[in-house]
Amino acid sequence: MVPFPGNLKESPSQTAGPYVHIGCTPNAVGIGGPYGEDAGARLVNDKTKGDRISITGRVIDGANAPLRDAMIEIWQADADGLFNSPLEKRGAADTNFRGWGRQAADGESGQFRFETVMPGQVPFAADRMQAPHAQFWIVARGINLGLHTRMYFPDEADANAADPVLQRIEPRWRVATLIASGARPNYTFDIRLQGENETVFFDV
Amino acid sequence: MTQDAGAFFPRDLAWHPKAYAPEYKTSVLRSPSRALVSLPSTLGDTTGPVFGQNMIGELDNDLILNFARPGELPIGERIILHGHVIDENAKPVPRTLVEIWQANSGGRYRHKKDGYLAPLDPNFGGFGRTLTDDDGRFRFRTIKPGPYPWPNNANDWRPSHIHFSVFGSGFAQRLISQLYFEGDPHIRLCPIVNTIKDPAAIEQLTAKLDMNNTIPMDARAYRLDIVLRGRRSTMFENRPEGN
Ligand SMILES: [Fe+3]
Repeated sequence: MVPFPGNLKESPSQTAGPYVHIGCTPNAVGIGGPYGEDAGARLVNDKTKGDRISITGRVIDGANAPLRDAMIEIWQADADGLFNSPLEKRGAADTNFRGWGRQAADGESGQFRFETVMPGQVPFAADRMQAPHAQFWIVARGINLGLHTRMYFPDEADANAADPVLQRIEPRWRVATLIASGARPNYTFDIRLQGENETVFFDV
Repeated sequence: MTQDAGAFFPRDLAWHPKAYAPEYKTSVLRSPSRALVSLPSTLGDTTGPVFGQNMIGELDNDLILNFARPGELPIGERIILHGHVIDENAKPVPRTLVEIWQANSGGRYRHKKDGYLAPLDPNFGGFGRTLTDDDGRFRFRTIKPGPYPWPNNANDWRPSHIHFSVFGSGFAQRLISQLYFEGDPHIRLCPIVNTIKDPAAIEQLTAKLDMNNTIPMDARAYRLDIVLRGRRSTMFENRPEGN
Protein backbone atom coordinates (compact mmCIF):
# COMPACT_ATOMS: atom_id res chain seq x y z
CA MET A 1 0.00 0.00 0.00
CA VAL A 2 0.95 3.59 -0.44
CA PRO A 3 1.52 5.93 2.48
CA PHE A 4 -0.82 8.71 1.44
CA PRO A 5 -3.44 10.38 3.60
CA GLY A 6 -7.04 10.27 2.38
CA ASN A 7 -9.06 13.30 1.30
CA LEU A 8 -6.67 14.22 -1.45
CA LYS A 9 -7.56 16.69 -4.14
CA GLU A 10 -7.74 15.64 -7.76
CA SER A 11 -4.74 16.87 -9.75
CA PRO A 12 -5.85 20.07 -11.46
CA SER A 13 -6.32 20.00 -15.21
CA GLN A 14 -4.30 21.98 -17.72
CA THR A 15 -4.98 22.37 -21.41
CA ALA A 16 -3.89 19.53 -23.69
CA GLY A 17 -2.26 22.24 -25.81
CA PRO A 18 -1.73 22.30 -29.57
CA TYR A 19 0.52 19.25 -29.64
CA VAL A 20 -1.64 16.65 -27.86
CA HIS A 21 -1.24 14.48 -30.96
CA ILE A 22 2.45 13.92 -30.27
CA GLY A 23 1.56 11.97 -27.18
CA CYS A 24 -1.82 10.50 -28.06
CA THR A 25 -2.08 10.05 -31.84
CA PRO A 26 1.50 10.22 -33.15
CA ASN A 27 0.80 7.98 -36.12
CA ALA A 28 -2.28 9.93 -37.17
CA VAL A 29 -0.21 13.11 -37.50
CA GLY A 30 2.71 11.47 -39.27
CA ILE A 31 5.26 11.45 -36.45
CA GLY A 32 5.51 7.67 -36.36
CA GLY A 33 7.82 6.38 -33.67
CA PRO A 34 7.61 3.40 -31.39
CA TYR A 35 3.85 2.76 -31.19
CA GLY A 36 2.60 0.26 -33.74
CA GLU A 37 -0.85 1.79 -33.78
CA ASP A 38 -2.34 4.79 -32.03
CA ALA A 39 -4.36 3.78 -28.96
CA GLY A 40 -8.07 3.99 -29.72
CA ALA A 41 -7.60 4.12 -33.49
CA ARG A 42 -10.05 1.26 -34.05
CA LEU A 43 -13.16 0.33 -32.08
CA VAL A 44 -14.34 -2.56 -34.24
CA ASN A 45 -12.94 -5.55 -36.07
CA ASP A 46 -14.64 -7.92 -38.50
CA LYS A 47 -16.06 -10.04 -35.66
CA THR A 48 -17.70 -7.20 -33.76
CA LYS A 49 -21.40 -7.78 -33.15
CA GLY A 50 -23.96 -5.16 -34.07
CA ASP A 51 -24.83 -2.66 -36.77
CA ARG A 52 -21.88 -0.69 -38.06
CA ILE A 53 -22.24 3.07 -37.95
CA SER A 54 -19.96 6.03 -38.56
CA ILE A 55 -19.88 9.28 -36.65
CA THR A 56 -18.25 12.27 -38.28
CA GLY A 57 -18.18 15.79 -36.97
CA ARG A 58 -16.23 18.85 -36.00
CA VAL A 59 -15.60 20.80 -32.83
CA ILE A 60 -16.51 24.42 -33.54
CA ASP A 61 -15.39 27.53 -31.65
CA GLY A 62 -17.22 30.75 -30.79
CA ALA A 63 -16.18 32.34 -34.09
CA ASN A 64 -17.73 29.42 -35.98
CA ALA A 65 -14.35 27.98 -36.97
CA PRO A 66 -13.64 24.26 -36.63
CA LEU A 67 -10.84 23.33 -34.25
CA ARG A 68 -8.03 21.73 -36.22
CA ASP A 69 -6.07 20.71 -33.15
CA ALA A 70 -8.76 19.00 -31.06
CA MET A 71 -8.64 15.42 -29.84
CA ILE A 72 -11.91 13.57 -29.39
CA GLU A 73 -12.55 10.38 -27.43
CA ILE A 74 -15.72 8.31 -27.29
CA TRP A 75 -16.82 5.65 -24.81
CA GLN A 76 -19.93 3.63 -25.43
CA ALA A 77 -21.70 0.36 -24.75
CA ASP A 78 -21.63 -2.54 -27.19
CA ALA A 79 -24.60 -3.63 -29.28
CA ASP A 80 -26.13 -5.32 -26.22
CA GLY A 81 -25.67 -2.32 -23.95
CA LEU A 82 -22.63 -3.67 -22.07
CA PHE A 83 -19.35 -1.84 -21.47
CA ASN A 84 -16.02 -3.51 -22.25
CA SER A 85 -14.68 -2.83 -18.77
CA PRO A 86 -13.76 -5.03 -15.79
CA LEU A 87 -16.19 -2.92 -13.78
CA GLU A 88 -19.10 -4.04 -15.96
CA LYS A 89 -20.99 -6.37 -13.61
CA ARG A 90 -24.11 -7.04 -15.68
CA GLY A 91 -22.53 -9.49 -18.09
CA ALA A 92 -19.69 -10.00 -20.50
CA ALA A 93 -19.37 -7.38 -23.21
CA ASP A 94 -18.41 -8.26 -26.79
CA THR A 95 -14.67 -8.91 -26.62
CA ASN A 96 -14.41 -7.77 -30.24
CA PHE A 97 -15.69 -4.32 -29.41
CA ARG A 98 -13.39 -1.89 -27.70
CA GLY A 99 -16.02 0.65 -26.70
CA TRP A 100 -13.36 3.35 -26.56
CA GLY A 101 -12.09 5.33 -29.51
CA ARG A 102 -9.78 8.27 -29.95
CA GLN A 103 -9.31 10.48 -33.00
CA ALA A 104 -7.50 13.66 -33.83
CA ALA A 105 -9.45 16.31 -35.68
CA ASP A 106 -8.09 16.62 -39.21
CA GLY A 107 -5.33 19.26 -39.32
CA GLU A 108 -6.96 21.01 -42.29
CA SER A 109 -10.73 20.46 -42.10
CA GLY A 110 -11.08 19.84 -38.39
CA GLN A 111 -13.20 16.78 -39.10
CA PHE A 112 -13.11 13.66 -36.95
CA ARG A 113 -14.55 10.24 -37.80
CA PHE A 114 -15.32 7.16 -35.73
CA GLU A 115 -16.27 3.75 -37.13
CA THR A 116 -18.24 2.00 -34.43
CA VAL A 117 -21.45 0.06 -33.78
CA MET A 118 -24.90 1.16 -32.76
CA PRO A 119 -24.80 1.07 -28.95
CA GLY A 120 -27.45 -0.87 -27.03
CA GLN A 121 -29.42 0.67 -24.20
CA VAL A 122 -27.88 1.07 -20.76
CA PRO A 123 -29.82 1.50 -17.51
CA PHE A 124 -29.65 4.79 -15.65
CA ALA A 125 -30.03 4.48 -11.88
CA ALA A 126 -32.43 1.66 -11.02
CA ASP A 127 -34.31 0.16 -13.92
CA ARG A 128 -34.87 3.20 -16.08
CA MET A 129 -33.21 2.88 -19.44
CA GLN A 130 -31.17 5.50 -21.21
CA ALA A 131 -31.57 5.99 -24.93
CA PRO A 132 -28.69 4.67 -27.05
CA HIS A 133 -25.84 7.17 -26.93
CA ALA A 134 -22.08 7.60 -27.04
CA GLN A 135 -20.17 9.62 -24.48
CA PHE A 136 -17.70 12.15 -25.86
CA TRP A 137 -14.67 13.79 -24.26
CA ILE A 138 -13.02 16.74 -25.99
CA VAL A 139 -9.63 18.30 -25.31
CA ALA A 140 -7.68 20.94 -27.25
CA ARG A 141 -5.55 24.02 -26.96
CA GLY A 142 -7.70 26.61 -25.18
CA ILE A 143 -9.82 23.99 -23.38
CA ASN A 144 -8.68 24.08 -19.77
CA LEU A 145 -10.65 21.07 -18.54
CA GLY A 146 -11.71 18.26 -20.87
CA LEU A 147 -15.37 18.55 -21.87
CA HIS A 148 -17.82 15.68 -21.43
CA THR A 149 -20.85 15.46 -23.65
CA ARG A 150 -23.13 12.81 -25.17
CA MET A 151 -24.33 12.04 -28.65
CA TYR A 152 -27.82 10.62 -29.17
CA PHE A 153 -29.38 9.30 -32.37
CA PRO A 154 -31.96 11.13 -34.50
CA ASP A 155 -33.75 7.87 -35.41
CA GLU A 156 -34.44 6.96 -31.74
CA ALA A 157 -37.07 9.59 -31.00
CA ASP A 158 -39.11 7.50 -28.53
CA ALA A 159 -36.10 6.39 -26.54
CA ASN A 160 -34.72 9.93 -26.56
CA ALA A 161 -38.01 11.29 -25.22
CA ALA A 162 -37.80 8.86 -22.29
CA ASP A 163 -34.10 9.35 -21.62
CA PRO A 164 -33.47 10.41 -18.00
CA VAL A 165 -30.41 12.48 -18.90
CA LEU A 166 -32.06 14.36 -21.75
CA GLN A 167 -35.06 14.98 -19.50
CA ARG A 168 -32.86 17.00 -17.13
CA ILE A 169 -31.85 19.53 -19.72
CA GLU A 170 -33.29 23.03 -19.50
CA PRO A 171 -34.20 24.95 -21.55
CA ARG A 172 -35.66 22.11 -23.58
CA TRP A 173 -34.44 23.38 -26.95
CA ARG A 174 -30.89 22.62 -25.86
CA VAL A 175 -31.63 18.88 -26.10
CA ALA A 176 -31.26 19.23 -29.87
CA THR A 177 -27.56 20.04 -29.45
CA LEU A 178 -27.00 16.43 -28.31
CA ILE A 179 -28.77 14.72 -31.20
CA ALA A 180 -26.74 13.81 -34.26
CA SER A 181 -27.97 14.47 -37.77
CA GLY A 182 -28.02 11.98 -40.62
CA ALA A 183 -29.48 8.49 -40.51
CA ARG A 184 -28.22 4.99 -39.95
CA PRO A 185 -25.46 4.10 -40.75
CA ASN A 186 -23.84 7.54 -41.18
CA TYR A 187 -24.27 10.17 -38.52
CA THR A 188 -22.87 13.68 -38.14
CA PHE A 189 -22.28 15.28 -34.77
CA ASP A 190 -20.90 18.81 -34.58
CA ILE A 191 -19.91 20.03 -31.14
CA ARG A 192 -20.26 23.77 -30.60
CA LEU A 193 -18.15 25.15 -27.78
CA GLN A 194 -19.94 28.49 -27.67
CA GLY A 195 -22.67 30.60 -29.15
CA GLU A 196 -26.32 30.28 -29.94
CA ASN A 197 -26.35 26.50 -30.30
CA GLU A 198 -23.68 25.73 -27.73
CA THR A 199 -23.60 21.99 -27.08
CA VAL A 200 -24.68 20.84 -23.63
CA PHE A 201 -21.62 19.79 -21.62
CA PHE A 202 -21.85 17.73 -18.46
CA ASP A 203 -20.29 17.74 -15.04
CA VAL A 204 -20.31 13.97 -14.56
CA MET B 1 -6.83 -5.92 -7.46
CA THR B 2 -10.44 -4.92 -7.97
CA GLN B 3 -11.81 -1.49 -7.51
CA ASP B 4 -15.42 -0.99 -6.64
CA ALA B 5 -17.51 0.88 -9.15
CA GLY B 6 -19.02 3.47 -6.83
CA ALA B 7 -20.03 6.94 -7.94
CA PHE B 8 -17.28 9.52 -8.17
CA PHE B 9 -16.92 12.40 -5.78
CA PRO B 10 -18.06 15.58 -7.49
CA ARG B 11 -15.30 17.46 -9.24
CA ASP B 12 -14.13 20.58 -7.39
CA LEU B 13 -14.43 22.99 -10.29
CA ALA B 14 -12.83 25.79 -8.28
CA TRP B 15 -9.65 23.72 -7.97
CA HIS B 16 -9.49 23.27 -11.74
CA PRO B 17 -9.01 26.19 -14.11
CA LYS B 18 -12.17 27.90 -15.29
CA ALA B 19 -13.07 27.30 -18.92
CA TYR B 20 -13.04 31.04 -19.64
CA ALA B 21 -9.64 32.41 -18.62
CA PRO B 22 -8.89 35.48 -20.72
CA GLU B 23 -5.26 35.67 -19.57
CA TYR B 24 -4.92 32.55 -21.74
CA LYS B 25 -6.35 34.08 -24.89
CA THR B 26 -7.20 30.91 -26.79
CA SER B 27 -9.70 29.98 -24.08
CA VAL B 28 -11.88 32.98 -24.93
CA LEU B 29 -13.46 31.43 -28.02
CA ARG B 30 -13.15 27.83 -26.84
CA SER B 31 -14.91 28.01 -23.48
CA PRO B 32 -18.55 27.05 -23.03
CA SER B 33 -20.47 30.06 -21.76
CA ARG B 34 -23.27 28.07 -20.14
CA ALA B 35 -23.05 26.14 -16.90
CA LEU B 36 -22.21 22.45 -17.13
CA VAL B 37 -25.24 20.20 -16.55
CA SER B 38 -24.61 18.10 -13.45
CA LEU B 39 -25.33 14.40 -13.66
CA PRO B 40 -25.01 11.57 -11.18
CA SER B 41 -22.42 8.98 -12.22
CA THR B 42 -23.94 6.65 -14.80
CA LEU B 43 -22.55 3.27 -15.86
CA GLY B 44 -20.71 4.94 -18.72
CA ASP B 45 -18.92 7.21 -16.23
CA THR B 46 -17.98 4.61 -13.62
CA THR B 47 -16.67 2.17 -16.26
CA GLY B 48 -13.82 2.92 -18.60
CA PRO B 49 -11.42 1.32 -21.05
CA VAL B 50 -8.56 -0.84 -19.84
CA PHE B 51 -5.25 -1.35 -21.54
CA GLY B 52 -3.15 -4.48 -21.65
CA GLN B 53 0.56 -4.82 -21.18
CA ASN B 54 0.66 -6.32 -24.67
CA MET B 55 0.10 -2.91 -26.25
CA ILE B 56 3.11 -1.40 -24.46
CA GLY B 57 6.47 -1.72 -26.18
CA GLU B 58 9.64 -2.29 -24.20
CA LEU B 59 10.95 1.25 -24.81
CA ASP B 60 7.63 3.07 -24.69
CA ASN B 61 8.46 4.63 -21.31
CA ASP B 62 12.07 5.43 -22.25
CA LEU B 63 12.07 8.69 -24.20
CA ILE B 64 15.87 8.68 -24.21
CA LEU B 65 15.89 5.59 -26.40
CA ASN B 66 12.47 5.23 -28.00
CA PHE B 67 13.15 7.55 -30.91
CA ALA B 68 16.95 7.54 -30.99
CA ARG B 69 18.96 6.17 -33.88
CA PRO B 70 20.92 3.06 -32.98
CA GLY B 71 23.97 4.04 -30.96
CA GLU B 72 22.93 7.69 -30.60
CA LEU B 73 21.32 9.66 -27.78
CA PRO B 74 19.23 12.80 -27.54
CA ILE B 75 20.83 15.99 -26.23
CA GLY B 76 19.87 17.39 -22.83
CA GLU B 77 19.55 16.73 -19.12
CA ARG B 78 18.77 13.09 -18.43
CA ILE B 79 15.99 12.61 -15.89
CA ILE B 80 13.83 9.91 -14.35
CA LEU B 81 10.22 10.99 -13.93
CA HIS B 82 8.25 8.82 -11.57
CA GLY B 83 5.39 8.76 -9.10
CA HIS B 84 2.13 7.11 -8.21
CA VAL B 85 -1.31 7.42 -9.69
CA ILE B 86 -3.68 7.36 -6.75
CA ASP B 87 -7.23 8.52 -6.18
CA GLU B 88 -8.67 11.02 -3.73
CA ASN B 89 -9.09 8.18 -1.22
CA ALA B 90 -5.34 7.54 -1.53
CA LYS B 91 -6.01 4.20 -3.21
CA PRO B 92 -3.48 3.25 -5.86
CA VAL B 93 -4.79 3.18 -9.42
CA PRO B 94 -3.19 0.03 -10.87
CA ARG B 95 -2.69 -0.93 -14.52
CA THR B 96 -3.83 2.41 -15.88
CA LEU B 97 -2.40 4.04 -18.99
CA VAL B 98 -0.19 7.11 -18.49
CA GLU B 99 0.91 8.93 -21.63
CA ILE B 100 3.33 11.87 -21.77
CA TRP B 101 4.53 14.29 -24.44
CA GLN B 102 6.95 17.17 -24.33
CA ALA B 103 9.36 19.48 -26.15
CA ASN B 104 13.03 18.57 -26.52
CA SER B 105 15.82 20.11 -24.47
CA GLY B 106 15.74 23.23 -26.67
CA GLY B 107 12.00 23.71 -26.22
CA ARG B 108 11.02 22.44 -29.67
CA TYR B 109 8.20 19.96 -30.32
CA ARG B 110 8.31 17.29 -32.98
CA HIS B 111 5.16 18.61 -34.66
CA LYS B 112 4.66 20.16 -38.06
CA LYS B 113 2.88 23.14 -36.54
CA ASP B 114 5.72 24.05 -34.15
CA GLY B 115 7.88 26.66 -35.87
CA TYR B 116 10.10 27.66 -32.94
CA LEU B 117 13.64 28.24 -34.16
CA ALA B 118 15.22 25.90 -31.64
CA PRO B 119 16.16 22.79 -33.64
CA LEU B 120 14.59 19.37 -33.63
CA ASP B 121 16.73 16.67 -32.08
CA PRO B 122 16.89 13.75 -34.52
CA ASN B 123 17.16 11.37 -31.57
CA PHE B 124 14.18 12.63 -29.60
CA GLY B 125 10.51 12.03 -30.34
CA GLY B 126 9.15 13.54 -27.14
CA PHE B 127 6.47 11.00 -26.24
CA GLY B 128 6.08 7.90 -24.15
CA ARG B 129 3.55 5.76 -22.36
CA THR B 130 3.37 3.16 -19.64
CA LEU B 131 0.92 1.25 -17.48
CA THR B 132 1.06 1.82 -13.74
CA ASP B 133 2.08 -1.27 -11.78
CA ASP B 134 -0.12 -3.03 -9.21
CA ASP B 135 0.70 -0.31 -6.67
CA GLY B 136 -0.10 2.52 -9.07
CA ARG B 137 3.53 3.38 -9.78
CA PHE B 138 4.75 4.78 -13.10
CA ARG B 139 8.26 5.54 -14.31
CA PHE B 140 9.67 7.26 -17.37
CA ARG B 141 13.19 8.09 -18.47
CA THR B 142 13.45 11.26 -20.54
CA ILE B 143 15.26 14.52 -21.28
CA LYS B 144 14.27 17.60 -19.32
CA PRO B 145 12.28 19.77 -21.73
CA GLY B 146 13.36 23.35 -22.38
CA PRO B 147 11.13 26.40 -21.94
CA TYR B 148 9.69 27.87 -25.12
CA PRO B 149 8.05 31.10 -26.24
CA TRP B 150 4.45 31.12 -27.36
CA PRO B 151 2.13 33.70 -28.87
CA ASN B 152 -0.22 35.00 -26.19
CA ASN B 153 1.08 38.21 -24.74
CA ALA B 154 4.10 39.67 -26.55
CA ASN B 155 6.69 37.84 -24.46
CA ASP B 156 5.19 34.76 -22.83
CA TRP B 157 7.34 31.70 -22.17
CA ARG B 158 6.16 28.33 -21.02
CA PRO B 159 8.01 26.88 -18.05
CA SER B 160 9.67 23.54 -18.69
CA HIS B 161 6.75 21.13 -18.63
CA ILE B 162 5.61 17.66 -19.57
CA HIS B 163 2.05 17.04 -20.70
CA PHE B 164 0.36 13.95 -19.26
CA SER B 165 -2.81 11.98 -19.89
CA VAL B 166 -4.29 9.47 -17.43
CA PHE B 167 -7.35 7.22 -17.63
CA GLY B 168 -8.18 5.74 -14.22
CA SER B 169 -10.85 3.04 -14.02
CA GLY B 170 -13.88 5.13 -15.01
CA PHE B 171 -14.32 7.46 -17.96
CA ALA B 172 -15.28 10.34 -15.64
CA GLN B 173 -11.73 10.20 -14.21
CA ARG B 174 -10.23 11.03 -17.60
CA LEU B 175 -7.61 13.73 -17.09
CA ILE B 176 -5.05 15.60 -19.15
CA SER B 177 -2.74 18.05 -17.43
CA GLN B 178 0.87 19.26 -17.33
CA LEU B 179 3.65 18.91 -14.81
CA TYR B 180 6.26 21.52 -13.98
CA PHE B 181 9.69 21.36 -12.34
CA GLU B 182 10.43 22.59 -8.85
CA GLY B 183 12.28 25.90 -8.77
CA ASP B 184 11.42 27.10 -12.28
CA PRO B 185 10.82 30.89 -12.14
CA HIS B 186 8.62 30.69 -15.23
CA ILE B 187 5.91 28.80 -13.36
CA ARG B 188 4.51 31.87 -11.64
CA LEU B 189 4.81 33.94 -14.85
CA CYS B 190 2.88 31.56 -17.09
CA PRO B 191 -0.67 32.50 -18.15
CA ILE B 192 -1.56 28.82 -18.65
CA VAL B 193 -0.32 27.85 -15.19
CA ASN B 194 -2.18 30.85 -13.80
CA THR B 195 -5.51 29.65 -15.13
CA ILE B 196 -5.28 27.65 -11.87
CA LYS B 197 -6.13 30.05 -9.07
CA ASP B 198 -5.10 28.17 -5.92
CA PRO B 199 -1.31 28.12 -5.37
CA ALA B 200 -1.70 24.75 -3.64
CA ALA B 201 -3.21 23.35 -6.83
CA ILE B 202 -0.24 24.63 -8.87
CA GLU B 203 2.04 23.03 -6.30
CA GLN B 204 0.25 19.76 -6.95
CA LEU B 205 1.52 19.84 -10.55
CA THR B 206 5.10 20.70 -9.59
CA ALA B 207 7.45 17.71 -9.72
CA LYS B 208 10.00 17.64 -6.92
CA LEU B 209 13.67 16.84 -7.25
CA ASP B 210 14.06 13.37 -5.76
CA MET B 211 17.70 12.75 -4.93
CA ASN B 212 16.92 9.33 -3.46
CA ASN B 213 15.89 8.00 -6.85
CA THR B 214 18.59 9.77 -8.79
CA ILE B 215 20.96 7.43 -10.62
CA PRO B 216 24.48 8.60 -9.73
CA MET B 217 26.59 9.69 -12.70
CA ASP B 218 23.58 9.15 -14.99
CA ALA B 219 20.22 10.84 -14.38
CA ARG B 220 18.51 13.00 -11.80
CA ALA B 221 15.03 12.03 -10.66
CA TYR B 222 11.85 14.08 -10.33
CA ARG B 223 8.74 12.83 -8.63
CA LEU B 224 5.11 13.72 -9.15
CA ASP B 225 2.10 11.89 -7.79
CA ILE B 226 -1.03 12.15 -9.89
CA VAL B 227 -4.39 12.14 -8.13
CA LEU B 228 -7.58 11.06 -9.90
CA ARG B 229 -11.13 11.44 -8.63
CA GLY B 230 -12.12 9.10 -5.84
CA ARG B 231 -15.18 6.91 -5.59
CA ARG B 232 -17.78 6.59 -2.90
CA SER B 233 -17.85 3.25 -1.20
CA THR B 234 -20.53 0.95 -2.59
CA MET B 235 -20.75 -0.98 0.68
CA PHE B 236 -24.14 0.46 1.62
CA GLU B 237 -25.50 1.06 -1.84
CA ASN B 238 -27.26 -2.25 -2.44
CA ARG B 239 -30.58 -0.97 -1.15
CA PRO B 240 -33.35 -0.17 -3.66
CA GLU B 241 -32.97 3.22 -5.28
CA GLY B 242 -35.17 5.71 -3.50
CA ASN B 243 -34.57 8.77 -5.63
FE1 LIG C 1 3.60 22.27 -24.16
